[in-house]
Amino acid sequence: MSPRRSASGGSIDRLRTIRFTFDGEAYAGHAGDTLASALLANGVRLVGRSFKYHRPRGVFTAGIDEPNALVTILRDNVREPNIPATRIEIYDGLRAESQNRFPSLAFDLGAVNRLGGRMLGAGFYYKTFMGPAVGPLRSTRFWMFCERFIRRAAGLGRADHAPDPSRYERMNAFCDVLVVGGGISGLMAAEAAARAGKRVILAEQEPETGGFALWSGETIAGKPAADWARTMTEKLAALDNVRILPRTTVWGHYDGNTLAALERIGDHLPKTPKGHPRHRHWTIRAGAVVLATGALERPIAFPGNDRPGVMLAGAVRRYAGEFGVLCGDRTVFFTNNDSAYQAASALKRAGGHVAAIVDVRRTISEAAAALAAEAGVVPLTGQAIVETRGGRQVTGIVVQPFDAATGALSGDARPVECDCLAVSGGFQPVIHLASQAGAKAEWDETMQAFLPPAPGQHWRGAGSFLGDMTTAGALETGRDAGLWASGKKPSRAKLPETGAPPIDIAPAPVFEIRGKGKAFVDLQHDVTADDVRLAHREGFVSVEHLKRYTTLGMATDQGKTSNVPGLAIMAEARGISIPEAGTTRFRPPYAPVSIGALAAERYGDLKPDRLTPMHDWHVEHGARMMEAGLWHRPMIYGAPGETVEQAYIREAGAVRRSVGIVDVSTLGKIAVKGPDAAEFLDRVYTNMFSTLPVGRARYGLMLREDGIAFDDGTTWRLGENDFLMTTTTANAGPVMQHLEYVLDVVWPDLRVHLTSVTDQWASAAIAGPDARKVLEKCVAGTMVDNEALPFMGIVRGTVEGAPVMICRLSFSGELAYEVYCGAGHGLHIWEALMDAGEPFGITPYGMEALGTLRIEKGHVTGAEIDGRTTARDLYLDWMLSKKKPFIGSGLMDRPGLIDRNRIRLVGVISLDGQPLGGGAHIVEGGSLDDLGQSIGHITAFCYSPALAKYIGLALVKGGKARHGTRAFVSDPLRKRFGPVELVSHHFFDPDGRRMHG
Amino acid sequence: MLISCPHCGPRDLAEFSYQGDATRTRPDPASTDTQAWHDYVYARPNPAGPHREFWQHAGGCRAHLLVVRDTLTHEIHSTALARPSRAGGETA
Repeated sequence: MSPRRSASGGSIDRLRTIRFTFDGEAYAGHAGDTLASALLANGVRLVGRSFKYHRPRGVFTAGIDEPNALVTILRDNVREPNIPATRIEIYDGLRAESQNRFPSLAFDLGAVNRLGGRMLGAGFYYKTFMGPAVGPLRSTRFWMFCERFIRRAAGLGRADHAPDPSRYERMNAFCDVLVVGGGISGLMAAEAAARAGKRVILAEQEPETGGFALWSGETIAGKPAADWARTMTEKLAALDNVRILPRTTVWGHYDGNTLAALERIGDHLPKTPKGHPRHRHWTIRAGAVVLATGALERPIAFPGNDRPGVMLAGAVRRYAGEFGVLCGDRTVFFTNNDSAYQAASALKRAGGHVAAIVDVRRTISEAAAALAAEAGVVPLTGQAIVETRGGRQVTGIVVQPFDAATGALSGDARPVECDCLAVSGGFQPVIHLASQAGAKAEWDETMQAFLPPAPGQHWRGAGSFLGDMTTAGALETGRDAGLWASGKKPSRAKLPETGAPPIDIAPAPVFEIRGKGKAFVDLQHDVTADDVRLAHREGFVSVEHLKRYTTLGMATDQGKTSNVPGLAIMAEARGISIPEAGTTRFRPPYAPVSIGALAAERYGDLKPDRLTPMHDWHVEHGARMMEAGLWHRPMIYGAPGETVEQAYIREAGAVRRSVGIVDVSTLGKIAVKGPDAAEFLDRVYTNMFSTLPVGRARYGLMLREDGIAFDDGTTWRLGENDFLMTTTTANAGPVMQHLEYVLDVVWPDLRVHLTSVTDQWASAAIAGPDARKVLEKCVAGTMVDNEALPFMGIVRGTVEGAPVMICRLSFSGELAYEVYCGAGHGLHIWEALMDAGEPFGITPYGMEALGTLRIEKGHVTGAEIDGRTTARDLYLDWMLSKKKPFIGSGLMDRPGLIDRNRIRLVGVISLDGQPLGGGAHIVEGGSLDDLGQSIGHITAFCYSPALAKYIGLALVKGGKARHGTRAFVSDPLRKRFGPVELVSHHFFDPDGRRMHG
Repeated sequence: MLISCPHCGPRDLAEFSYQGDATRTRPDPASTDTQAWHDYVYARPNPAGPHREFWQHAGGCRAHLLVVRDTLTHEIHSTALARPSRAGGETA
């Protein structure tokens, strides 16, 4: 048994020992311990260094509000920084590290920052590191130069670069009543709603429901409060209409009673159970919400209030009551309210020693005096702590008479020895979720706290959330809220008896003791009371400015212990009341949320994959797959020992020489049908479709309403009123949505029906001089010669018994056909085409070769239709019909869009035999070090087997006017600079003789 | 936020795509009034209060809805099919 552990009491299992390490040192704790309670039980006081001054810090709270004891968890070779030790349940093999220290926690070089502490106030860095007005490090450049060093010195934990191997998932839930918080009032609310037959979800952020009852040491209904809470929980858990979610933090309250919660499933176990995610993100839609979120104790700011061993009084009580941990051998309490007397008395009962109670108030209630007597001390009333002593842990304090009304200190100061200082500065209800729901908090003079606003239409509060800190109050308001949420009237039935004497926890309005030395308001961000006053002197007086200037409340704890004291000090500096100074509105999340849980199945092994019907064939035949959106497409079919470049050169060469085949099933396909289908296409495409004969296809271009190019593709006329539109793979969704919009909203009178048929068709393109011979070998039921199937013609036939539709169109510039069939026949047709092509050496090709062939031909894709280019920029103005208006025609002729000096499409040839890079700039001169003025950029590049050169497409100012001129490619990221020639983008077979042949 | 789709009933916001301001009117397709086109494409009122806007039930029936939403409270005052002629539907 460790020295600070009481022999009995609490919820821990003393028979189960759990071993863990902290900074490499081995420790033991018990089942039920948090890392914080286990470290305290082992007498570990120093757990971290502070953000800015590297001051030694210890555990300050026992819960979600912890500002100091942030640690890094090492798990599965992943570092997860900034986790409060108070929120970590220990498990065998847990490895935790302290943060922001170098080389070690005890000996920290960064602590030198403390020597300059006078200088390092709020805004210090920004003011000091403003650069000179001129020169290489002028103005913010100097800041950016210095910032990297500053960031190293100040900070929290270090994040990892390794991928997170954990799995996360998302869940939607619906309930009649959501109870947020499983303390006494939450349990009562859940029970009342459950009895009324409502579907109830009870979310509790801690591992166990019960809240204050678990450590209060009070009685409810004649039995220990913790037992009462456990019995209630068991009763609720046995009901079919109740779902209890432990370790679940509700962090967002959105419109329409939608709440977001994070359930931590695997963090407290050595290994996440098989089949379970590490975290689960809940979206809960509730009929009614009961906010039983409790209240958080706040500290008092006084010099040296951050020394390890200084803690919140309620935390000292909780460590004793729930974990059997005595935080000190000699504990001094410092308070402005009666709750610390309860804590002192509870600590005494648990076996601790209370050295003194220091109270800023001159007189105290009888109940408080009685509790002090139980704790075995005479309270030092009308006094305040003006100093703490010690190094890496508190060894004593200095008290001095204090006038709570004026804040003045007077008379003799005297030291008191102690090794733990328990502070209570009053309570602030956790109103975050109510504030998020839109209502403004109201300042309560008696409680010296922001109380929840009037309840909304769909929520009620209960328990200490309402500002009533008593168990009896929690029982009553909890039941009332549960009944309200069930649509029932308040009950008159008798509530369980409680054992605690009622005390008054309304605090004296004392937030700070002004003495010599740093008095911290925000422990996590190292913001002192003087920093708040500095902000005031410099004019940052509004609460929002205060926050941004000092970073008060902007750390990972979001100021749970510091917001109200910071506001109070600013209000005093301004000579106004706290409500006049105002409060910031709370925004989600209430507590940190893992990004993984938000991404959930959109990331990792649950992300959907779109596979074409021929996918397995590709993989079996050596394809290296690449992702295109959700689709998987072959990049290359690598032969052994081949590089990517060698593979695509071989594949593209085969297409130019004989024949190749590529899977184009991923192209977006939309069936456009109806009497007005042709008219509709005339309106959405820049060119004419109503004149297209049945059985023919046409290349089409769409613009956005603003005149910018949107998408291109071919559309096939299968019947008078029946068209099959194809889109680029990436734009299949946006084009569909665009068409649906204009049909629903702009031209609702058009009789057209749209159906996405992307997944219904499988398609293969065969391209090359021998393409027709391949079709002749395998297609039945139709001729495929030039007469029956001319360029842009469509025929129907069969291949090995399966119906196909063949369109003669070309993306590669070769004689080429796209063979469409029902998706279920995709593999069958593909294999039939492979067999038929075998005598001609048919070569499957992937995206790289497809890209190479299209670059050689100067065909544009999404890289050039990038949302900024116009049809003219891409030399597609021949497609802009003058005979009819179309979407985009109204704005496409704006002066800025027809300027000849816009960046426009050109071809680029590398003159030094080196590859070009996507995104590289085109410049007129300069060198690798002198970037010069960009006149454009490369959009696509490849090695062209047809030209035997590295080539690319680019958007360059002036476009065609620069054909035949020289420029340079400048690519500082890849350290590439070299000469290029700007040419026509039609590199290969500009007359198109090959594809028409 | 819940949007009541006339076809599918009350559905979560996540199923819908915002499709823009429903108060603007598109100029005549043949119009060459650049200012009118500019206003249609770029000019937007930004009212604090009820606002008419289009939402597409992209994760459902894919119909476009005309929604009146309060920009201050996110309360949905009414929803209707943007193209009532097709389904013959009225308000929900």
